[in-house]
Amino acid sequence: MDFFVAQDIVKRYADQLALDKVGINVKEGTIFGLLGPNGAGKTTLIRIINQITAPDEGQVYFAGEKLKNSHVDQIGYLPEERGLYKKMKIGEQALYLAQLKGISRTDALKKLKYWFEKFEIQSWWDKKVEELSKGMQQKVQFIITVLHSPKLLIFDEPFSGFDPINASLMKDEILNLKKQGSTIIFSTHNMSSVEELCDDIALIDKGRTILKGDIKDIKKTYKTNIFEVSFQGDLDKLKNIAPEHFSVDKMSSYDHTLTAQIRILNSLSTNELLTHIMKCGNIISFNEIVPSMNDIFIKVVGENK
Amino acid sequence: MNKIYLIIQREYLSRVRKKSFIIMTVLGPVLMAALILLPALIVTMGDNTEKIVAVINPTKQFDSVLKDSKSVKYLNLGNTKLEEAKKAFKQSNYYAILEIPDSVADNGDVKMYSEKQPSLEVKMFISNQIEKELEREKLKRKGIDENILNAIKSNVNIKTIKWTKEGAEKQTSTEIAMAVGFIAAIMIYMFVFIYGAQVMRGVIEEKTSRVIEILISSVKPFQLMMGKIIGIGMVVMTQFLLWIVLTLAIVTVAKTALMPNQSETVKQSMTQNVIQSATHQQQPALPDNMIGEIFTSLGNMNIPLIIFCFIFYFLGGYLLYSSLFAAIGAAVDNETDTQQFMLPITIPLILAFVMAQAIIQNPEGQLSFWFSIIPLTSPIIMMVRIPFEVPVWQLILSMALLVLTFIGTTWMAGKIYRTGILMYGKKVNYQELWKWLRYHN
Repeated sequence: MDFFVAQDIVKRYADQLALDKVGINVKEGTIFGLLGPNGAGKTTLIRIINQITAPDEGQVYFAGEKLKNSHVDQIGYLPEERGLYKKMKIGEQALYLAQLKGISRTDALKKLKYWFEKFEIQSWWDKKVEELSKGMQQKVQFIITVLHSPKLLIFDEPFSGFDPINASLMKDEILNLKKQGSTIIFSTHNMSSVEELCDDIALIDKGRTILKGDIKDIKKTYKTNIFEVSFQGDLDKLKNIAPEHFSVDKMSSYDHTLTAQIRILNSLSTNELLTHIMKCGNIISFNEIVPSMNDIFIKVVGENK
Repeated sequence: MNKIYLIIQREYLSRVRKKSFIIMTVLGPVLMAALILLPALIVTMGDNTEKIVAVINPTKQFDSVLKDSKSVKYLNLGNTKLEEAKKAFKQSNYYAILEIPDSVADNGDVKMYSEKQPSLEVKMFISNQIEKELEREKLKRKGIDENILNAIKSNVNIKTIKWTKEGAEKQTSTEIAMAVGFIAAIMIYMFVFIYGAQVMRGVIEEKTSRVIEILISSVKPFQLMMGKIIGIGMVVMTQFLLWIVLTLAIVTVAKTALMPNQSETVKQSMTQNVIQSATHQQQPALPDNMIGEIFTSLGNMNIPLIIFCFIFYFLGGYLLYSSLFAAIGAAVDNETDTQQFMLPITIPLILAFVMAQAIIQNPEGQLSFWFSIIPLTSPIIMMVRIPFEVPVWQLILSMALLVLTFIGTTWMAGKIYRTGILMYGKKVNYQELWKWLRYHN
């Protein structure tokens, strides 16, 4: 079931079209990757979801209802440009921001204690934000985002500013939240984390959705029928054994082992390909080259110029 | 609505708990009380030490005239020569040696020798006594009876009395009305400026620290802006109330505890200056009269109306200007960029403040009328006029216009604010602001 739907969203600013009939569907309990180059319109879309700004045209549905003001309490938002009141104490600040999201003070206090214990940062309670390092501030900000147990979470570049250990800690927490039933919209330029976390994606460029769907399906469509094989044998023989069926592209040799990329040109099956290669030498490894999200991103955005 | 309450609470508490607020709140009344009490204290403290003035007066004319006071004791040295007296000075406990030569009646020259510069108080005290004697002497020589002279001395004191519509008569004082109006106007000017700027700084703080994006994903920008304005407005009212209460408390306590027997002196010094009160033996009746007059004319003023108007015009002026300040804060990236937008806002405020001094001379004039109706200046100018009693229709017109204008400016500021707070790194000019006003998000 779609938990969040945006249909044909149009948003104009004075001299430019920020969003031009953009649509996304986010399934309940999944992580949705919102991708796109800088200035594509992601932030505008996120602001529309947060009701910071309203679309000029199009419909937005939240949990089956038309998006309305009371929904902001069920959304948790971690903006890319983040910050807190510098002079305010951490505990007090977290309580205040949680209360602004509509939960009671006692509730907020209980949940805050849970998270502070979980991250082992109880001693920060009375510290001012300006006394914390950037990474520490990010942690606090993460807690504030999830504190009111929102049904929809929006993370904009959640791992920036974290060291690898804390980044993986955050990754686990995000997966945990998903397991507990939260629906998550995840915006980032880090494609490897998209592959790790996302179920579906939408790629926005110049205000339009240029690619969307299940990440596995997308990868399948962008498969290029290239295989990488390492073998010990005769390369020239391989090149000439069946040039009408496959071509040999890149290659390298290391310690008598040749590694080549082979592109299948027609409907040759992998077994048939392997038989051809076996005739030329001793196979050490063989695997399909699946395009990374990074490659797909570059390819699709490049084609959209 | 619950959310705006939370914002008000945070804005209020975070400021009231600040050290600077507590210091200002406590120090303000102490300074004010000091300003009121210090002259009195100086006078009473000056009286404490006894000063012996040795008098050399060959004619003996002044022996009966020089009467001791609490602080000045005369010691007649009789025929002692000045040189001897000077020599003796070191061993003596004299404060000064006073030489009244025979020629005093002709040229009025009297000499006073001392190690330290004699105080003004002592000098005035002595010269007063001698002058009086000389005057009396001269009158006698010209054959003028002193009693006649006293009888023709006149002192004109115009008591202003106003009729109310019902025909009742009220004694009033132009000076008191001026003072009340002017003090009220200065306070409104100061508070609007100081706390309007605080609103602006608060907005800039939220914008530069980027906490704004989280805030407006929870509440409407307009709620946030109004919450801040109302919260800070309440801080002002708190400070204001505490100042009044603390000042009154300090003055009463100091009056009763510090100088239990000299409340008379305090009263006098509050209305007179130091020099006059040092010589108060000569004219004791006037200050009491003045105090009485101050209280009657204060009592005859419409105090509840003045207080109501003060609060109304303060809040109106504050809401009007602070929303504009909030809009400026939202439009810029840091405080140094605020200059170009501050100017059009500060000009009417400063103009009103400068005009107040002209208005007070002629509170019924054309200029006074227009400036007290135009909402940008009315909070200050109308307060100057109110103690002089303003026609009801003018008051209502001025208030209604003020309310309409601050609704207008908050609406306008809200529009600029909501666009501005999310705009970074853009040099904003008036054309840009105009564009923001027409956005309909």
